This record gives sequence, C-alpha cells and structure tokens, in this order.
Amino acid sequence: MSYVAAKGGAQAIQAAHQLVAERNAPNPDDLQAQIAQHLHLSIDRIMAEASLYDRDIAAKALLQAQGDSIEAVFIVRAYRATLSRFLDSAPLNLGHANMQRHISAAFKDIPGGQQLGATYDYSHRLLGYFQNLQGPDESAAHAAIPSADTKAPNTHKKSGVMDILETEGLIEKSSTEPADAENRDITQIPPGFPASRAQRLQTLARADEGFVLGMAYSTQRGYGQNHPFIAELSHGSVNVEICPPELGFSLCIGTIEMTECQMINQFQGDSPETATFTRGYGLVFGHNERKAIAMALLDRALRAQELGEKVEAPAQDEEFVLSHCDNVEATGFVEHLKLPHHVDFQSEISTLRALRAQSLSTTARHDDTL
Amino acid sequence: MIPYNFAYLDENSKRAIRRSLLKAVAIPGHQIAFASREMPLPYGWGTGGIQITAAIIGKDDRLKVIDQGADDTTNAVSIRHFFQSVAGIATTTETRQASIIQTRHRIPETPLCADQIIVYQVPMPEPLFKLEPRRTETRILHAMADYSLMYLQLYDHITRYGRVAIGYDYPVMVHDRYLMSPSPIPAFDVPKMHMNPALQLFGAGREKRLYAVPPYTRVVPLAFEDYPFAPLQAQAPCAICGSTSSYKDEIILDDNGKRQFVCSDTDYCGRTSCQ
Repeated sequence: MSYVAAKGGAQAIQAAHQLVAERNAPNPDDLQAQIAQHLHLSIDRIMAEASLYDRDIAAKALLQAQGDSIEAVFIVRAYRATLSRFLDSAPLNLGHANMQRHISAAFKDIPGGQQLGATYDYSHRLLGYFQNLQGPDESAAHAAIPSADTKAPNTHKKSGVMDILETEGLIEKSSTEPADAENRDITQIPPGFPASRAQRLQTLARADEGFVLGMAYSTQRGYGQNHPFIAELSHGSVNVEICPPELGFSLCIGTIEMTECQMINQFQGDSPETATFTRGYGLVFGHNERKAIAMALLDRALRAQELGEKVEAPAQDEEFVLSHCDNVEATGFVEHLKLPHHVDFQSEISTLRALRAQSLSTTARHDDTL
Repeated sequence: MIPYNFAYLDENSKRAIRRSLLKAVAIPGHQIAFASREMPLPYGWGTGGIQITAAIIGKDDRLKVIDQGADDTTNAVSIRHFFQSVAGIATTTETRQASIIQTRHRIPETPLCADQIIVYQVPMPEPLFKLEPRRTETRILHAMADYSLMYLQLYDHITRYGRVAIGYDYPVMVHDRYLMSPSPIPAFDVPKMHMNPALQLFGAGREKRLYAVPPYTRVVPLAFEDYPFAPLQAQAPCAICGSTSSYKDEIILDDNGKRQFVCSDTDYCGRTSCQ
C-alpha cells in the first residue's frame, strides 16, 4: 500500500489508523504489562536512551518513575551498568528485517513497495480520534497489504533505494565496516574527540530525543547546511544473532524492533563527474521515527569536517553536540544545583566581602590625600 | 531489591577503574579518561567519587562520607547508606578512624595519615574549562604545560579587583607539571593538599575523568611573587567550639540577618568542643 496520494492511499490511511487503535485495545493484565502495551512508544524511547532493549525493565522503570521518562532512562542505565558483557552480537541484518513500516519520500515507489504501517502521520489530532474509528473494510484490516509490485513485502531486501543510487554513482559509497577500534562500545571504553563515526552514531542513538530533535531542526533552518530527502524510513523487527566461540555457529537469541532512516543529502564534489549525494544515517531501538530522522540529519551535519565543509553551526560542532546530548548526564548536572553548596558559596561571599573591604579602605586612602 | 555485586559494580568494571587509577597515580594531576558507569545516584551527586570508592573499597575498610564538611548532610547520609547496603562495610564519622574518606567540597580539618585515602567528588575536572570549554584544546594546553590562560585570569582579577578573586576550586600545580582542579573545595583547604601523607583520588563521573595526587606530592596554588596565595580566613571563631583555625559555615539566625559562624567540619567541631 502506498503512502503517496495515489490509488489506495485512503485505504492505507484507514488501515494505519486501525493498527494504531489495535495497539490500544485493553489488556486485562497488571499495570506494568498495560504500560508496556499502551505506552509502547514511551517504552521504546526509554530503551533507546538507556541503551538496553528490555521492554519489561523499561516498563517497570517508567512505572517507578511515575512517568518521568528521563528518570526511567536513568533507572534502566543504572541497572545496565551492573550487567556484565559476555559477547558482541553479529551485525544486525536490517536488509532482512520483518518490516512493519517502510516508506520513501524521495521516490513514489521503491523496491519492496511503500508500506504505511501504523502511523499518526495522517491522523487528525482530535481527542478520542482512534476510539471513534469506523470499522475497517475487509481489505484495510490487514497490517500489510501486498503492493502490486511485490509478492512478499515483509521480507524484501531493504535499502534498495540507496543501492540503486549507489550503482548509478549518484550517492557516495556506504562506508566500509568500521575498524574494531572505531567500533568499540562507548559505554565500555571512553570515547574522545575527534570521535569515529561509529562512536558518534552510538552516542546519538542513546542521546536525548529532544536535544537531537532541536539540533536537527536547527540545520533545517539554516544553521548548518542540509538539504535532506528521506530515501527510506523503516520500522520492523530484526533477529539478533550471536556466535559463541565455543560453538562456532550463530544462534538467534531474539528479535528487536528498530527504526532506521537513510537520508539523502545535498550533493558534494569538485566537478559534475565527482559530485554525488551524501548520506546521513539514523538507527534507534524500537519505533521512533522522529529520533531516527533527526539523528540522520545530525549525523550528516556532523560529517561537515570529513566532507570539507566549514564548521560554523552548533549542529556541525562534534564536541558541542556529543558532549551535551546525553540526558542522564545533563539532568544530573543541572539538577545537582539543588544539593547544598554552602561551603563554596561561603567562600564566594567572603571573597566579595574582602573585595568590598579592600575597595573601601582604598577609597578612604584617596579621601585622605584630597 | 535485586542482589548486586559487592560495592554495586561488577568486578570487571571495578578492575577497569583501578587500572585507570594506577595510571592517574603514576602521572600526578593528569586527567585520565575512564569508562564511567551510570550509578544509581545521579550525575552531579558524586558518581565519580562513588565509582572510585566502589573500585577500591574492601570488606575491612571503614568509610567516612562528608558533604560540605559534615557527615549528616543529606547527600553524605545517602552515599554512606548506599555503601552500607551494597558493600555492608563499616562506616564512621571520625576522620581518624576512617580508611577511606569520600568528600564533596571540603578536606577534613583533622590532618590525614599515610594509611588513609581521600576520594574527592569532582564536577568539572578540567581546571581551564571556564577559559576554554573545548577538551580538544585544553588537552593540547596541558601537553604543552601552557597555563598562560590561567595566569592571565589571575592577572585580570588583580587589575580589576586588587586581588585574586577565586574563593573555591582554586587552580593548583601538581608536582610542578599539571594544572589541576582541586574540586570545589574552598581556597582555604588547598594548602592541606600539599605534601599530604594520604593518597588523594579525584573522580568526575559525568565527565568520565579521574586523577590523583600521590602521598607527599607538591600541590602549589597558582600565584604571583608580589601577589602570593592568600586564602581568606573566617571572620569569627566557631560559636560552638571556639576554633579559630577551622573553616566556618555562616548561619543566619533570624529575620534580621543576625549571623553566627560555626565549623563546617562537624566531626572536628564535636571533638574540639569536648576537649
């Protein structure tokens, strides 16, 4: 089903809204399970910013935090810090994800077809909107209606758009697999500056959504050049595989939901022959298109130096962005002002009094000489 | 509550922090990057100090935690309880009894001994951050031992105010090599760091940096020959114990702004007044 205003668009929107409504169906289980179900987007955000994929832990944390999502992220992070790592997973094969949503803004139709999936994009923000939905007609009731050009849209090879552009030489080649040193876990080995792109993307993936959103928005308003098109935005579930050395073959240990954004940006190059579009990339846990898109914009802005652009705007400044995007760090330091500071404040008062006393005595001396 | 490892962090994380600490002790005053973990207390509450304490504490240790010099301030109580619950170690409020002292904003008045470790909670480990916020730049300045920015700042104070107007977090040179933030302790406390027999460890969790001053190391506050380091003394003796040599908190007594000065170090004050 297409998301463009072509034939079937109305049907697609109806199905999309039905999918949203279904997620809100009551769950008789306990409160934590209800939170995990009804507030699943909130749970997704907590898992992303906490860098821990566990819906139950995130739901428990959100409940404990009384709905304060940054507090919930903090609780999950503190729990995560106590877990020991035993293996790295194999790289996720996003090309074989089980898609629940897959759209392109750059092309009307794409390999695998446009799949609208559950989205608020075309809903009207009226209270009770999804409760008052008209019953779906037969064809719209299915989550994924095969589009005309594909037989199995759910398991198609993704990233077709980028592949096609790359084959034609219109977009820069996707970077090769990062070296181990570049790829290392930023929560295990402290990153420094300049950061590798892998470290940068890791940092952005767990960064505060609001911060990333604001910085990305600034690039669209002229603070850092960006002329982006969403080549592909997709949300789906993907297998996580590990390969224990003692076994020598890989095992699937579960599936996780991810949202990925492949962004095409302004072309670059010294001559018409070498000019190509450039890439921005966003990948987040769960279903979070806002974050994935914003991350892709910011990733591209932060590549300024690498691509020979002038670093002028805040969003292009790696040290500025990466040092301030973490909400657990930011909230801690901002809120720590609540702690007692009377010893250092006392030393400030004493200093100011000493300055005053000194200036009074100097003034007095001046008076004497007059 | 989920059962946690001794002192909360897993053994590998603690070992990683100890490795960084060894490096820090080997290069006095130099900031060492470490993989700071999220602790169950927020950044800004002393996570750097807590991680260092967690990494070095053993079952036989006796821990003292102070904030603003006092053992009974909210955050000190909270951190002490944290280690009691995750490590089950003995605690004390007596400076002399403690094998590890974790502190925020003060150094105890009672002189430390060679078998003690003092762990400072540090918000901003970079002494130059107010003058140059970029770590990529300050790293170069430290490498070149180029501290002219800070000397200019002191000079600027002298021309403007007639004296160096830094009341706390007074910049110090460690072992004649690295400029170091002593953490936001009052300038009054800085001389206690110099040639101190105890090991001094500094942790900045949010900034993911730690550093150290080994025992008997030179710690010299920045100053000029004609404008020597001159920390301010309290205006009055302690209203409780009468001490004239300690650092004081200023207490507002009534709506008319009547003031009283009392020792900020409650352990010191309590024992001085008993004598």
